[in-house]
Amino acid sequence: MSNHFFSDTSVLLGRSLRHITRSMDTVITTTIMPIAFLLLFVYVFGGAINTGSDSYVSYLLPGILIITIASGISYTSFRLFLDMQSGIFERFQSMPIARSSVLWAHVVTSLVANSVSVFVVVLVAVIMGFRSGAGLSTWLAVAGILLLLTLALTWIAVIPGLTAKSADGASAFAYPIIFLPFISSAFVPTETMPGPVRWFAENQPVTSIVDSIRNLLAQQPVGNDIWVALAWCVGILVIAYIFAMVAYRKKIA
Amino acid sequence: MTPLAPQGIAISVQGLEKSFKDVHVLQGVDFEVAKGSIFALLGSNGAGKTTIVKILSTLLKSDAGAAAVLGFDVASQPGKVRESISLTGQFAAVDEILTGRENLVLVGKLRHVADPGAVADGLLDRFSLSEAGSRKVATYSGGMRRRLDISMSLIGNPPVIFLDEPTTGLDPQARIEVWAAVKELAGHGTTVLLTTQTLDEAEHLADRIAILHEGRIIVNGTLAELKALLPPVKVEYVEKQPTLEDVFFALVGGNGHNGSAGIPRDTTTTD
Repeated sequence: MSNHFFSDTSVLLGRSLRHITRSMDTVITTTIMPIAFLLLFVYVFGGAINTGSDSYVSYLLPGILIITIASGISYTSFRLFLDMQSGIFERFQSMPIARSSVLWAHVVTSLVANSVSVFVVVLVAVIMGFRSGAGLSTWLAVAGILLLLTLALTWIAVIPGLTAKSADGASAFAYPIIFLPFISSAFVPTETMPGPVRWFAENQPVTSIVDSIRNLLAQQPVGNDIWVALAWCVGILVIAYIFAMVAYRKKIA
Repeated sequence: MTPLAPQGIAISVQGLEKSFKDVHVLQGVDFEVAKGSIFALLGSNGAGKTTIVKILSTLLKSDAGAAAVLGFDVASQPGKVRESISLTGQFAAVDEILTGRENLVLVGKLRHVADPGAVADGLLDRFSLSEAGSRKVATYSGGMRRRLDISMSLIGNPPVIFLDEPTTGLDPQARIEVWAAVKELAGHGTTVLLTTQTLDEAEHLADRIAILHEGRIIVNGTLAELKALLPPVKVEYVEKQPTLEDVFFALVGGNGHNGSAGIPRDTTTTD
């Protein structure tokens, strides 16, 4: 049956993408909070924050994009949870299809939906004065990092999607991830933070990812940051995937 | 409801056991279902009916015993089993955001039928859903959902269909609609394994009825055979045929365990 993997996945992908296009509000609500943060920090707090860079919106954007993705993946859990609850997951699992395509369709949908949200937020940033002289290859590198991060966070989202007992539980896991950029170099440089906080900020994944994207877009050398960032993304991806598969196998027995 | 000539076995279950933590739900279940028949598995809430259906549809592994569908073992040949069956679960597993037709086309594509659109239109027509076909399922009534749910299970003509409590939560009108759909199925030669807690339903639909109680099949026979098991006829002011409900409570002893499936009818009253 695995010879049908790609056709089955694309059929199920078509289904979940239709869910997105028929409820565009999920894409919109995903972008509202990051855009609100963008406006708040640029026009309210930004004047008092000294980042040492010319444009605070350019400084802030990478962190906001991470928040966008973190709030986007909570819908992935939510949609998966609804499939579990409605019994349609079991219906698919009892059919002669490539069984894992049911999960992969949700994962690819998450990549597509988050790409749209990220694009919308970047557009708002451009309207607010964000500019980058980066060329196509640099933008592709940024897109690649963001997609890898989305993939890693999506596999985290699969776990509560499969195991949650309530819809609230399915999406609540995203809050700590949304909060993580606040204790990083996303909003302010880490230098002013007190010892232990600074240590945490500098050694958690968001900082290396944010710094890499920021330097890429500012056409500055990225140094080791990009390797640290990629290592975090791949590490999170592998571990989340393993736990998601354990949860999945328990469900399909 | 005519007795069937023996024509091979579609489903066979032997010594099936399953526990959830320390609850021993199935304690050695045995039964066989003849090809082309409707077999009703009767039991109260929590008797283990759904567990049996899940094991047969490869969604759950048994702890012990064997189960086979059309000769394919559910544990060692799950792919072959999934090609032979269709599951209609306890809750109508339909996609609310899609239209009725889109739901059917989706399943048609996943089952790799030649022309999913034509199959969908045919089924919409057969289940009187043509007019509603282009509406989102979220707008459907309970009976319409169930009919759509069952019609989704027919795509690709699987020879064996599991219906897990197909009428639970439906109003009487919708229940009659579903009954008609199930009878139609059997008319096409499909083997149907049906679970139910309403004895009335088993009586209406099934060729054979098995009663599942405390993890075992305590009776397995035709309606006539089950009725014959009842204690001698009571002489009353008004003579009534004993219902299956009477059979059930005579066999399991009074008022079942957890809430039981129904209220025992008072057979001595006249009305």
